[in-house]
Amino acid sequence: MNATGARIRARRLDAGMSQRDLAQAVGISPSYLNLIEHDRRRVAGKLVAQIADHLALDPQMLSDGADAALIRQMRGAAAALADRVVEVEQAEDLAMRYPGWSRLIAAQAREVVALDRKVQALSDRLAHDPALATALHGVITAVTAIQSSAAILTGETPLDTDWQARFHRNIGEDADRLARMTAALVACFDGPGGGAGPVPVVSPRAEVERVLDQTGFHRPWLESGGAPEDASDVSPAAAALLHDFDARYAADAAALPLDLIGPAARRLDFDPLRLAAELGRPLPQVMRRLATLPDAPPLGLLDCDAAGVVRLMKTVPGFAVAQDRLCPFWPLFTALGQPGRPVVAQVALPGPPQVRLICHAVAEAAPHPGGPHLPPLIAALMLVRPMNPATVPPDAADPVPAGPGCAICPRPDCPARREPAIRQEL
Amino acid sequence: MARRVLLIEDEPNIIEAISFILTRDGFTVHTHEVGETAMAKVRAQRPDMIILDVMLPGRSGFDILRDLRADPQTATLPVMMLTARGQARDRALAQDLGVDVFMTKPFSNAAICAEVRRLLAEAPRDA
Repeated sequence: MNATGARIRARRLDAGMSQRDLAQAVGISPSYLNLIEHDRRRVAGKLVAQIADHLALDPQMLSDGADAALIRQMRGAAAALADRVVEVEQAEDLAMRYPGWSRLIAAQAREVVALDRKVQALSDRLAHDPALATALHGVITAVTAIQSSAAILTGETPLDTDWQARFHRNIGEDADRLARMTAALVACFDGPGGGAGPVPVVSPRAEVERVLDQTGFHRPWLESGGAPEDASDVSPAAAALLHDFDARYAADAAALPLDLIGPAARRLDFDPLRLAAELGRPLPQVMRRLATLPDAPPLGLLDCDAAGVVRLMKTVPGFAVAQDRLCPFWPLFTALGQPGRPVVAQVALPGPPQVRLICHAVAEAAPHPGGPHLPPLIAALMLVRPMNPATVPPDAADPVPAGPGCAICPRPDCPARREPAIRQEL
Repeated sequence: MARRVLLIEDEPNIIEAISFILTRDGFTVHTHEVGETAMAKVRAQRPDMIILDVMLPGRSGFDILRDLRADPQTATLPVMMLTARGQARDRALAQDLGVDVFMTKPFSNAAICAEVRRLLAEAPRDA
């Protein structure tokens, strides 16, 4: 139903008015109204206003129909629950007859989408926020230990005094730990990235990383000259970031195609410095390619600006860190202090288990587009490769002691500690 | 001879509580705290069943379960997994890997004892 005449007919019938009565009321013949209602005569202006007046309607509702955006939203609401039988073809009719209810349907559909996004964001946070996951795990572990010990103490089987004292002491320790863990858990929601008010929505960067994670950051269609595609299942901000990532990926892939870098990388054991020298390409480009190669050992990537803010992170087993509170001992920050000069360092993360990583980092300074009198934009890239503990030579130099972020780092005497650790060893 | 349970778990107070309740029920309990050496411990101890935590230092319980099922000597060894992560996908992964019982923390002592008794009653001796 798109035409004005059909709308007039529908609304006249809704109002229980005969063609004769309406025609008479607006001073036209019933046969002329009949022609109008079947869209065989055009109708506009004053006559539409008169008819609308007699049908107690806004004239615009007759001439333009219901709000097209509203109808689109109602159809979207129906499509979202495709297993329900909905008279989709009558959406416009419904919107015209009951605009208030129709706006409610559209608003509820928007609300459902927003809630879905929040649930996804929370679920992503649990999966990807190491501080939150550590705090939650600690709370559950402490509760388990307390419950189990308390059940032994209060059970029907008598306990000798030594065992009683032991389980009392354990409960005391666990209760103390539980209190600290609970405070840490609350801090996770109150601190940066948390939010006492609305549920935090996952950042565009996290959305991008989630998409890239699905293929290990490898984008096969860009390897063969394909163009970046617009992602439809992420927010517009994330889609823009993803487009930028893909554009650079395509340029990197064109400069270092898979059949060139793949065999060379395997021959040179994925060493970015030797590869950059042999292939004559910039080190950051080689590092980005290595981190996105298929059939490669796990290689993490951290892209960070001079303010220490992560722009992109690819995590691999052994390399998952609190992204908003990076440890200042990562070689990336050494590289930021000397743009253009690569830094290679072994890093140890606290255990158990002790993790050794070999890190290559380099910073680049891009001139400010506003002119040389303005500061350059400096950013650093770090490629991270977990080492097999069995292959660490016994005479290897002492690694740099870095951490996953103060809140989840158990190093007791670190000079860089900014806040107490959530992780509490018994 | 008492049936032997190997408890692979890294939380000292949970180790103490589970060891206590199972020992009181007549089982012999051995414990191990590190994921990466757990398989060596299993081969050395030859337990009748294993209680396996998911989050372990060095190696995850899922990896250990995968190794257990791949080794003909331990492929049918009863395994109860304990986890603080009760998400459906973890449960599904554990089931795919061949776990016998998947127990979410916090658990009740009675449930642990009942499941250990049930698994060992079903398992042949000298498994």
